[in-house]
Amino acid sequence: MSAEPLLRVENLVKHFHVRLGAFGEKAATVYALDDVSLDIQEGETLSLVGESGCGKSTTGFTILNLHRASGGKVIYKGQDLTRLDEKTMRLFRRDLQIVFQDPYSTLNPRMTVGEAIGEPMLFHKLTTRAQLKDKTAALLQDVGLPTRFASRYPHELSGGQRQRVVIARALACQPKFIVCDEAISALDVSIQAQIINLLLDLQEKYRLTYLFIAHDLAVVRHISTRVGVMYLGRLAELAPRDALFQTPLHPYTKALLSAVPETDPERERNRKRQILQGDVPSPLDPPSGCRFHTRCPIAMEVCSRTVPEWSAARPGHLVACHAVNSGVS
Amino acid sequence: MTARNAQERLLDVKGLTVEIDGRRGPAVIVDGIDLHVGKGETLGVVGESGCGKSLTMLSLMRLLPNKIKVTKGTAEFDGRDLHKMSTRELRKVRGGDIGFVFQDPMTSLNPVMRIGDQLCEPLIYHRKMAKADARKRAVELLRLVGIPGPEERLEAYPHELSGGMRQRVMIAIGLACDPKLLIADEPTTALDVTIQAQIVDLVKDLRNKLGMSVVWITHDLALIAGLADRVVVLYAGTVVEDAPVDDLYANPSHPYTRGLLASIPTLSDAPTARLSSIGGTPPEPGRRPAGCPFAPRCPLAMDICRREVPKLEPISSGGSHRAACFAVNKALKAA
Repeated sequence: MSAEPLLRVENLVKHFHVRLGAFGEKAATVYALDDVSLDIQEGETLSLVGESGCGKSTTGFTILNLHRASGGKVIYKGQDLTRLDEKTMRLFRRDLQIVFQDPYSTLNPRMTVGEAIGEPMLFHKLTTRAQLKDKTAALLQDVGLPTRFASRYPHELSGGQRQRVVIARALACQPKFIVCDEAISALDVSIQAQIINLLLDLQEKYRLTYLFIAHDLAVVRHISTRVGVMYLGRLAELAPRDALFQTPLHPYTKALLSAVPETDPERERNRKRQILQGDVPSPLDPPSGCRFHTRCPIAMEVCSRTVPEWSAARPGHLVACHAVNSGVS
Repeated sequence: MTARNAQERLLDVKGLTVEIDGRRGPAVIVDGIDLHVGKGETLGVVGESGCGKSLTMLSLMRLLPNKIKVTKGTAEFDGRDLHKMSTRELRKVRGGDIGFVFQDPMTSLNPVMRIGDQLCEPLIYHRKMAKADARKRAVELLRLVGIPGPEERLEAYPHELSGGMRQRVMIAIGLACDPKLLIADEPTTALDVTIQAQIVDLVKDLRNKLGMSVVWITHDLALIAGLADRVVVLYAGTVVEDAPVDDLYANPSHPYTRGLLASIPTLSDAPTARLSSIGGTPPEPGRRPAGCPFAPRCPLAMDICRREVPKLEPISSGGSHRAACFAVNKALKAA
């Protein structure tokens, strides 16, 4: 883990300015990301989990400069991506790709599969027109689609097939790093497993690095090297996969794991769930101190006052919790 | 668990067939489904998108969209056929003896009606309550589903509530008239896991308190494991397996059920490098292959599977575990 990371995220902050009220008369700020720091090592799958609105997708978007950061740095190849203008950023986009959640809306309905996959290769001058057809066919094979699909339109394909096309399009640029933003969430269970296997195969073949954003903890446990848990725009815990699932430290991580249902009726019936009370507070007005303190079963007085430090409880196992840091839990 | 002796059937659906009038002519979406729910029983209906699970339940209440029609079959509820009732009779059942919770709490609440009025509506209509009594009952219902500050919430509009709260309101409306049967169509799919755990807990608790029957439609085999007494697995508009919950998970028989269970990663298995998956995709409604609809994706498919449609047959001694598969039945006869 001591090797130079592929990508380093330092104290990333993202605020969205919105207007509220029926006539947009009230200005407000959504505190979407607050002080998120993480390293992504080459060849690993780092997963970010958390509930809707926790900032996991915003993290992915901000790293790729699809959202302008409000503060902090994203260091890739010695450059701070957050400071690049759109033109320079384009040079880096080849290395840094994204696969979105919804394969229905991310493909242009008027472009054939072949055109969709070919466009990034032509743009980045990775192929000549003469070679384009062969390269497209090779990519289709890579993602397990027949080469005749090149002439099809998205509406002729199923959800799983579309997601394969989206992955092929991301691969077309020969990227190093792919953000998978809920890339399998919209698919049926039997298809999800196919796409997960495909992502794992491609990672091995091309030595890809993934930032895998998901809410399904069982899937995340299956594919990740390390896992980060986010709550209301902050990282709560970040640890190697087995450490996180076997010895979670943060009370939010524990609650999240306890809420995941299992395919075992006997165990499910007898299971003592730790059920969190209430809802996630609004990111328009996040709680003071530790943002989890309003729902935390072990909250102390200090939790509502001071933001807990992001510190290593064990080597490589980072957590932001007063109780853990002071040895209470 | 509540009443396990589910002999007495509250809902009994036989040979239900639903067709759509498509551009390519009529197409069968639900193909002769049999299912039943006992009094006090919780039935899980599991299947992937397009398998017909939602349409089956909507057809019971005759809430099918235009161009989609029930063409065959009966659906007896408490001894009366829902499909033969007049609209007036049916209206008394909808929201009265049968409560419904739909998947999407964002679109199934009326956005311009206060929560309180939406809760009182069924009480005034079905139970002929006076407005003041209905409001008292509405407060009780909101408290029952765990909404803090119920008196103030009556005045709120749906957009003022979070997704989890809205789903609780939906459940409160579904429960308003003490239904004998609650039909919940993917009620937690749009929600986060911690909120899902709250809702599942709530429904279990209410079921045990009120003794009602529940039909819970879902695509999530893990979620239903701790909730149902019995599970029916649907594929391409047919029932492929029907079993008591423990049997289904201990001894899944139909190759589709087995494939589905194997493809779900869990928190307790050793994480393996690859997930087992079912190759191919489910057939589009109306483009189902001849024979068993699962045959093109089935690892056990034989010649007969591509010609004939397998019937749902008992595969356990008591007859409570049934599967529609030639290969499974052949193996049983050989044993």
